[in-house]
Amino acid sequence: MKETKYWTWHMAAGAALLFLLGLHMLIMHTGGFAQWFAPHGNGADSPQNSLFRDGKLFFTLTYVLMLAVALYHGLYGLRTMLFELTFGPAAEKTITVILVAAGLGLFGLGTWAAVAAHAIALAGARG
Amino acid sequence: MPELSTAPRTIEFHIRRYLPETDSAPHWQVYEVPVRKGMTVLEGLHYIKNQLDPTLAWRYSCRMGTCGSCGMLLNGRPALACNTQILDIAEESLTLAPLCNFEIIRDLVPDLCSMFDKHSLVRPYILRANEGEINDPAGEFYQSPEQLERYVQFAFCIKCGCCMAACPTLATDARYLGPMPLAAGQRYNADTRDAGRRERNLLTGGPAGVFRCHYAGECSHVCPKGVDPAKALQLLKRYLVLDYLGLHGRTTPCEKLEGPGGGERRPEISAAPEKTVEPARR
Repeated sequence: MKETKYWTWHMAAGAALLFLLGLHMLIMHTGGFAQWFAPHGNGADSPQNSLFRDGKLFFTLTYVLMLAVALYHGLYGLRTMLFELTFGPAAEKTITVILVAAGLGLFGLGTWAAVAAHAIALAGARG
Repeated sequence: MPELSTAPRTIEFHIRRYLPETDSAPHWQVYEVPVRKGMTVLEGLHYIKNQLDPTLAWRYSCRMGTCGSCGMLLNGRPALACNTQILDIAEESLTLAPLCNFEIIRDLVPDLCSMFDKHSLVRPYILRANEGEINDPAGEFYQSPEQLERYVQFAFCIKCGCCMAACPTLATDARYLGPMPLAAGQRYNADTRDAGRRERNLLTGGPAGVFRCHYAGECSHVCPKGVDPAKALQLLKRYLVLDYLGLHGRTTPCEKLEGPGGGERRPEISAAPEKTVEPARR
């Protein structure tokens, strides 16, 4: 049943990715939401607007969530492709352990970056 | 409508031969077979066996697409020799080879043991908590036509192995259970008389189970009985996920009716004979 668990979370991560990427497209590529998420003008990807969003807890949490689901979804897909090479049960277990370790490492690094950006934006807002 | 010619034509049968006692590897041999309209590949093989080469070996039984014995690669595609007409797939030549993804016993005879071993692993029969009821039934289990529809197409499988030969996942990973055993598992999972779904989940949701399927769909394309194993595998995934999430509605099998059909036997219908064999204990 372990594979069922992995697959179920893979599907859930895919659905979450669809929602979060949709949110990203709305914020970054549609003008209708600019006044909410990019109040400084100059485009949604300008440094001022990026700092504005980094200072919001909602966006920091969204970045971390997106990082988690993208890493899980992508690494599960990579694991499936590697398993196609049919190494054998022992090698498959090793691959799973390596991918879990790599995923956790990348997640830790990304989370640190998102939290640090949040702190920098807050410090900048306080002057 | 103009009449089609019934005059015999000659078709070259390119057959992959393998004789374990003399050959170190398979080789191709060509036979000229006179073919008339409506002639099946199986009849062509019989012609070769009777007229040209008595050493040619293949497996067959019913000659009517029911037993699933004569599965082989016809022009590279898994099919039954008995329900494939030669002129439907060949104009000048036809290639015949044993089903791939199996060991070859001899010529066109594949060793299907690996498939049947996997098939038995999924426990393809009704499982109930009350084993006595299975071995010595005291009545019928009610099942509506709608409930029958959930699994009946998967019950048409004749275990010919064509889907196993067409499966690209099985071609790279011999541990994978394959479309036939997994579809058989789903056939019983979807049967309202069965209570063994969670037991099967351990295997069908395991490392060699249904999540190895990439949904190439070739199994369904080649099935000579019109069964859709790819659909069975997708339904099996759904059952597994719903079970994991605890969202599966029915967890208990249907109830037994009191007595056969719950009615009285009509006097003109004779009673069933006494049992002559004790049921085997599972």
